[in-house]
Amino acid sequence: MSYFSDIYNGIKTLLRGMQVTGKYFFNARKEIITVQYPEEKPHVFERFRGEVVMPHDENNMHKCTGCQSCEIACPNGSIEIIWDRVVNPETGKKVKQIDKHIYHFSMCTLCNLCIEACPTNAIVMAPTYESSVYDRSQLTKVLNKPGSKVHPDVKE
Amino acid sequence: MPEETIVKDPFKTEEYMINMGPQHPATHGVLRLLLTIDGEIIKKVEPDLGFIHRSIEKMCERDSYQQIVHLTDRMDYLSSHINNEAVCLAVENALELEVPDRVKVIRTIIGELTRIASHTLWWGVIGMDLGALTTYFYGFRDRELINDIFEETCGARLTMNYNIPGGLMFDIHPNFVQRTKDFVKHFKTKLPEYDQLLTGNVIFQKRMKGVGLLTKEDAISFGTSGPVARASGVASDIRKIHPYSALDRVEFNEVLFTEGDSFARYRVRIQEMWESLSIIEQLIDNIPDGDYKVPTKAVIKLPKGEFYQRVETARGELGVYINSDGKKNPYRVKFRSPGFSNLSALNHMAVGSKIGDLVAMMATLDLVVPDIDR
Repeated sequence: MSYFSDIYNGIKTLLRGMQVTGKYFFNARKEIITVQYPEEKPHVFERFRGEVVMPHDENNMHKCTGCQSCEIACPNGSIEIIWDRVVNPETGKKVKQIDKHIYHFSMCTLCNLCIEACPTNAIVMAPTYESSVYDRSQLTKVLNKPGSKVHPDVKE
Repeated sequence: MPEETIVKDPFKTEEYMINMGPQHPATHGVLRLLLTIDGEIIKKVEPDLGFIHRSIEKMCERDSYQQIVHLTDRMDYLSSHINNEAVCLAVENALELEVPDRVKVIRTIIGELTRIASHTLWWGVIGMDLGALTTYFYGFRDRELINDIFEETCGARLTMNYNIPGGLMFDIHPNFVQRTKDFVKHFKTKLPEYDQLLTGNVIFQKRMKGVGLLTKEDAISFGTSGPVARASGVASDIRKIHPYSALDRVEFNEVLFTEGDSFARYRVRIQEMWESLSIIEQLIDNIPDGDYKVPTKAVIKLPKGEFYQRVETARGELGVYINSDGKKNPYRVKFRSPGFSNLSALNHMAVGSKIGDLVAMMATLDLVVPDIDR
């Protein structure tokens, strides 16, 4: 006898569960959250950490002084700074200046520690995505643009 | 007729060994189980670990205290915020640093949101493990709203790294409070649907009830924690025993069941989602004003000694042990992960049951393999 009541209960609770699925089947348009991705782009929030970038102004100037705080703060060595000392023509003193700010995106865990460490806000996180490339070497980027200079307002 | 071809015992069976995983869809990652089975009856389960071992504890000895935090994201990635909080609390306790009230409340709210996100994913996956694919989509649909909250405030969806020793990385986003309230309102209509769809289903109950029994004594002796222990009647909620952050000022019930079977573990987690919603509701309306972090030195040096902090993640008790010798790196860091201890009870639960029930047991243990291997 319990055999038949089991079958009855099984079908009954199955139908009860199917009330939920049926509700969504007929009201599917209301709570749609799926994004048809390649055609339709997802909404990315402004704080989203996609990659490290160095903003440049219209005169091709950045704020990086080459203090290497980001390089020290990085847990996995994805930032490498090549710098040298250049004689400032106005004061005659030797000033530290970056040559290349190399960013290994392939090693970066996007932990935001370099941005926290930067004293001049020279680097920021950009909400980019679709970062995949065919060759790993393309993920090693030089963040300061060629010919760029340090902004004169920024002091070391 | 030659003597050797006569079958003496036609029903004689032999034990044999098969592998479950590391690529089995129900092992949720790369967990390899060596099963000794006799027909369909399980005789022994031996977990073989190490496929995703990244030596996080050793890497912590290399890193500074700020850098350790982001590694703990990668242990139990479904409760990454609570892992971060554990390390930050350990460091703050060692420095005797008092964080502002605002930080405590925000940490607790995001921690409970993380717990709900983890449990919704688990609820979706338990249905899928037992052959009901619909729950998977429903679970992920609701989890997505929490992920949006995290993305807007913390900047990442899974490995958030929102806590730093001394506070939070940024202040909460202006939309955070409204979005969280909307989510709580939305989720309160969805949780009864979870019950209607899966909990009440007789087929599901028959696969859950009486499967994977763990008595109270065994639950204690195997060192289980979290929902697994509470389903066996062990009051092990760290949020009650050692309240941290703002958990001492909220009221919530510790969910306890005494059956100790898979269905009890299932119901503990469903009830915990209700309790987490109630904790969020108590805190969300009055987040105190103030700073979101206290300034710390650029190079944090802990005093000499041993420091331990335990928190309740979505899976159980996470312990962070830091042994400092006064330098900027810790001398030794040990994580007591909940998944490892919970997994150790699997052999005891599974012996004598059918191989099909093993999937149900593993699903209710809620294993996250990077947490077990570290």
